[in-house]
Formats: sequence, structure tokens, C-alpha cells
Amino acid sequence: MIPRYQRILFSILVLGCIVLAVLLLRLRERAQDRMQSVRDETPMEAPIARVPEKVQLLLANDSDGSLVATQRSITLPADAPSRARVLLESLLAEYAKPNSTHPLPSGVAVEEVFLVDLPGSNSSSIAVVDLSAAFAQGHPSGIAPETLTLLSITGTLHANLPEIAQVRFLIDGQTRDTLAGHADLTRTYIAANPDVDIPAAGGRP
Amino acid sequence: MRWSKQARSRNSPRLLLTIAFASALTGLAQTESPRPGVSQTDAPPPVPVPFVPDSTKPAILTKPQAPSAPPIQLRFVVVLDPGHGGEDTGAKLGPGTLEKDIVLSISTRLRALLNAKGIPVIVTRDADTSPTADDRAAIANRAKAAACLSLHATATGTGVHLFTSSLTPANYGRDEFIPWNEAQATANTQSVRLASDVNTALGNGKLPVLLGRTALRPLNSFTCPALAVEFAPVNAGSGAASLTDSSYQQRVAAALAEALVAWRVDWRQRP
Repeated sequence: MIPRYQRILFSILVLGCIVLAVLLLRLRERAQDRMQSVRDETPMEAPIARVPEKVQLLLANDSDGSLVATQRSITLPADAPSRARVLLESLLAEYAKPNSTHPLPSGVAVEEVFLVDLPGSNSSSIAVVDLSAAFAQGHPSGIAPETLTLLSITGTLHANLPEIAQVRFLIDGQTRDTLAGHADLTRTYIAANPDVDIPAAGGRP
Repeated sequence: MRWSKQARSRNSPRLLLTIAFASALTGLAQTESPRPGVSQTDAPPPVPVPFVPDSTKPAILTKPQAPSAPPIQLRFVVVLDPGHGGEDTGAKLGPGTLEKDIVLSISTRLRALLNAKGIPVIVTRDADTSPTADDRAAIANRAKAAACLSLHATATGTGVHLFTSSLTPANYGRDEFIPWNEAQATANTQSVRLASDVNTALGNGKLPVLLGRTALRPLNSFTCPALAVEFAPVNAGSGAASLTDSSYQQRVAAALAEALVAWRVDWRQRP
């Protein structure tokens, strides 16, 4: 037989537990409401004024020396130089991903892209792509990988900005003989050149 | 800007005047410079060299042929240009494995194989030296070579990568000067034919081949049928270490030698 005082004590303890549980639930709801109100009032992301656009990236493949046109959806700025820069940042970011078919170092690769009208032409321009020194230093050395990178950049720019007819490359704002010891950076690359399609292995030049 | 002169215009009066004028200005004797890397038995007969004006270097000229002289029968000479050298190590292919050493090793093997087949070979370097791109092109152009191979190596991709110049083929007039950095445009059509022969020989040797076009110095300054040959690991799993494998190097050199033997026939039958 349980004594009376023990039953009263047990009931008081059970009642206290229930009260505390209700109190905790209430406090939790208040905390959630407070956090929700803070979240609503603070802009956590920059407002997106433009909708994503479909772009075509020419992705290089080291195994067969090909450039494959791949669709991506990215948000591009309004002005052409900024569009070109975002395009190239997106392209080179693809190469920095694990299991890339053309592995390149991650990090800032494109310092700036300038567009200059070609003399005597109203609709064509030359893009001057300023690559970072860190990108050039970390780039795999060889004729094939360097050529593929340049053709990928040139082809991607022309595919999405057809007014770009020629491309020149700088490293850290300076002219340089080669990208990583091989591909010639002293010449102007013709963006509309069929060079973009490197024949696959075993093909005829 | 530097300029080179096409071989077929060597007898033109305009060039003779230019050579005489340049000689008077520079006061240089019309002598031929020693040819680096040419073995005594391989030395081709003396031929006129392209006129390469450059205020920083002495002009290298030979006595022009008289207009009535019979045409010179060019010998079949191959120029091998192992890339990089000296402080320019080229690609770092692995611990202690440098591109300049790999291409020099393959060049030495290929030279021995070609000499054994009776083909004279001129190399732009046969030691750990670093001639400039213009020096390499000058050696090749002076030799009036039937084939010029610029040798490189990379850790990317597999097999052998063959590149012709990305310059658009061009026909220059008899008396026209050709921009030094675009001299290969005059020989690009033949370079593509040479690439076809090399591709076939490498295929016969069961070596994977990648064909393409590129902008590369000194390839664009060669007036001979020219290719950039880039050696990559034998397969995807072998890694760059396979480039140091002597059997792989010998296999590649043998395939290239076979291609150049085939090219000797094709080159003589050129239009």
C-alpha cells in the first residue's frame, strides 16, 4: 500500500513535468517566431534582376582532343564584357570540377575581358582575355592541353557572343610568349575559325 | 618584323639586289655559319639560305647562284627539333622527369634510326642547350629540309599527338617576301600530307594518335613540311612514367622513322 503523502508527491511531480513541457514548447515556438521574423527582415541573398539564360560551353576532352558543345543555364549580366567574363568563369569552373575531362586548376582564372571594335567593322570586335598568372602557372604543360584550353575559350566566346571575331590573350595584363610553355599567345586567334573542331583521335587533319 | 624568303625565289634579281645592299650595309662576309648538330657524314650540300634581316644578328648569306646555273637537286634531309633545353625544362612530367630530356632522348634514337636508313639528319640541339625559336627555324630553313619534326612531350592524354600549323595555306608570288612568323603557310599543304604518312605509320605501330592544328613557335616559321610531334603516356593507366620507358621511346622512334622513309617517296613525287 502506497502512503498517501507519496501519492500526493508523485502527482505534484507529474503535474510539474507537464507544466514544464508546455512551457518548453511555448518557448521554442517563441524562439522560432523570433528567428523567422529576423530572417524575413534581413536580405540574405542579393536580388536577382535577370533570369538565367541558356548558354553553350565548348568543353574540351583530353582523351580524344575534342570540344563538345554543352548547354548550361546561367545568369548573365547585361553588358557584353561582363557577359564574356561570366561565361569564361563558368567555363573554367567546369574544368576545376572533380572528374573533369580537361582538369585545370581552380581559383580565379579570368582577371578581365575587354571588347574592342575591329577597325572598319561595325559588328565585329576583338576580345582581349586577361588570364591570371596563377591560372597560367598551374595549367598543364603541353601542346594538346594548352591548345584545347585556348580553343575552348575562343569557341565559347564566339558561340555565345557572335560579334567576337578575334581573341587575344594576356597574362596578368602582360603579353607572354606561351600559356604554359607551348601554345603561342603572341598571335591573334580567329574566333570563327574551324580550328574549334579538333579532329578526334585517329582522324585525318 | 622579320621576313623569310621562299626557296624558289632565290635567283630573282630583286633578291640579289637586296642581298648586295644588305651586305654593303652590314659589311658581313657571305659565309655560311656552322650547322649545329650536323654529323660530318650527314652534311647536306651547300644551298642558298633564306635572307633573314635582323639588326640584332648577323645576316647569314651564301653566294647567290648565277641565273643560268642549273637547278639544285635537293637532297632528302630531315630536321629534328627537340623542344626546350637548358633552363627551359618544358613540362615537368614526374619526379625528376623533364620534357627536355625525354624529347632529346627520342630525338637521339630517331636520328640513329634514320641514319641507319641512309637519311641525313640535322638536329637543332643534341645536348642540354637552349637555342631560341628563331635559331631553330633558321637552322631548319637553311637546310632546305624535306621534313621538320618539332618534338615535345606531355603528361596529358595518351599516345602521340600530331599537330600541323593552324596557319591558312597561302601561295606567295615569286618575288614576294613572307612574314617570318607565317612562313609555314607556304608548306602547310605538304605538312598535312606528311601528317598523313606519320599517322599511318603510328597506326601500324599500334600507337594511338591524336591529330590537330596549333599555333606553336618555331613551327610557324618553318618553310619545310613540318609537324609538332608530342609524346604522351602510352595509355591512360600508365602515367607519365611510361615516357621514360626506353622500349616505348624506341617504338615511337621506329614508327616515326618508318613514316619518314615513306615520306621520302611521297616527297619526291610531290606536284
